[in-house]
Amino acid sequence: MKVAIASGKGGTGKTTIATSLSHLAANLNHRTVYADCDVEEPNGHLFLKPDIRDTRSAGVLVPVVNEDACIHCGLCGDVCLYNAIVTLGGRVLVYPDLCHNCGGCALLCPVGVICETSHEIGTIDRGKSGTLQYIAGRLNVGQISCTPLIRAVKQDIPKADLVIIDAPPGTACPLIETLHDCDLALLVTEPTPFGLHDLKRAVQVARTLDLPVAVIINRADIGNGDVRDYCASESIRIIAEIPNDRRVAEAYSQAKLITSAIDEYTPLFTGMLADIIEYGKCTN
Amino acid sequence: MRIAITSTGPDTDSQVDLRFGRAAYFVVVDTDTGLSTSHSNTQNLNAAQGAGLQAAKKVADLGVEAIITGNIGPKAFSALAAANIKSYLGATGTVSETLKLFNAGSLQETTTPNVAGHWT
Repeated sequence: MKVAIASGKGGTGKTTIATSLSHLAANLNHRTVYADCDVEEPNGHLFLKPDIRDTRSAGVLVPVVNEDACIHCGLCGDVCLYNAIVTLGGRVLVYPDLCHNCGGCALLCPVGVICETSHEIGTIDRGKSGTLQYIAGRLNVGQISCTPLIRAVKQDIPKADLVIIDAPPGTACPLIETLHDCDLALLVTEPTPFGLHDLKRAVQVARTLDLPVAVIINRADIGNGDVRDYCASESIRIIAEIPNDRRVAEAYSQAKLITSAIDEYTPLFTGMLADIIEYGKCTN
Repeated sequence: MRIAITSTGPDTDSQVDLRFGRAAYFVVVDTDTGLSTSHSNTQNLNAAQGAGLQAAKKVADLGVEAIITGNIGPKAFSALAAANIKSYLGATGTVSETLKLFNAGSLQETTTPNVAGHWT
C-alpha cells in the first residue's frame, strides 16, 4: 500500500512522522520504502542517513528548433499556452523554464523543424537505511516546476509492501501529483487556526482525488479544540496525537528519529503503523 | 524612429506604466512626425506567465525600434535584444513628459535587465 504523509501547512511534522514510521515499519520486517516527494526541500535523508547507491538525472522534454530550416510562421508560439516559445526578429526563442513539456509545438510545426530534447530539472537518489529502501527527488536550484520530478520519483519507487511518501507542503499541483494513486492521505496538522485552515484545504484535495483521509494531530496540547471538532463533523479519524514535547524538538534538531531517541514514543508509532496497515486492508 | 512607451492609459497624457510585460498599454510614437497610436496589452497583463516575452513580441510586431519603460526583466530584455529593439529606462510622469526626456537625450539605453523576473 502507498500512504502519503501530507499536511497543507508547512512545518507540522510530516518528515518527523514519515521518517520514524518508515524506520519502524522496516524494523518490524515490513518491506518498506520511504519516498521523499518534497523535492524542493528534501530532508528525510538527514534523519534516515541512507547509504545512497544510485543517483540519476531526471529531466523533461523541451523543444529545440532547427532555425536554419524554420519558416518563422509563429504557429509554435501561438499554440503555447505558457509563452515558452516565441518567434520574433527572425528568430525563435525557447525558454525551458516556462515550458510545460506538452510537445504541442513539435507536433504542430508545419515544416517539422522542432524536436524535443531532455532538459535536466533535478536528480533522484536511491539507497538503503538498514532494511528500509530510500528514494528521494531533489529539484535543481532555479527550476520553477517540480511536478515532473515528483512524477519521476514515483515511477522509480521500488516494489514493496508499504510505501510511505513524504509529501510536499501546500495544496497545489505538487501535492496533487504526490497524492495521485496513493491509498491513503495521512494529514499531519496542529490544533491551531492556521493548522485547521490548511487541513480543510488538504482534505478537499484528497477527497477530490477519492482518497481516504486520516489525521495525526501534532503538538496536540497547544491551540484549541477546533481541529477535533472539524474532524468529528467530517467523520475523519484521528489516528494519533503527539504532544508538544521539548524532547521531540531536541531529537529533531539533532537529526534523530523520534522512535530512536525517545523509547516511550515507540508504542504510539507502532499503533499508527497498525492503523495505516488496517486502512490498506480495507482498500485492497 | 518608432518607439513604444509603457503606459497606464491609452493616450500621451496618461501616466507611464513602470512595468514592461504587464503594462496596461503601449503608446507607440513616431518621433519624426510626433504621431502616436495606442495598443492595449490586456492579454499579456493577465497572462499566467511569460508576459514579458509576449509583450516583446507585440512591440516587435508593431515595428518599433526602441521601448521606454520603468523596469525590465531578464526574459523580456533578451527577447527585445533578439528583435534588435533598444530598451530605455527612466520613464516618469506622463507619456508626453517621458517623450520629451527621450527627445532631449536624457534617457540612457540599457544593455542589461535592471530587475529580476516577476518584478511588480
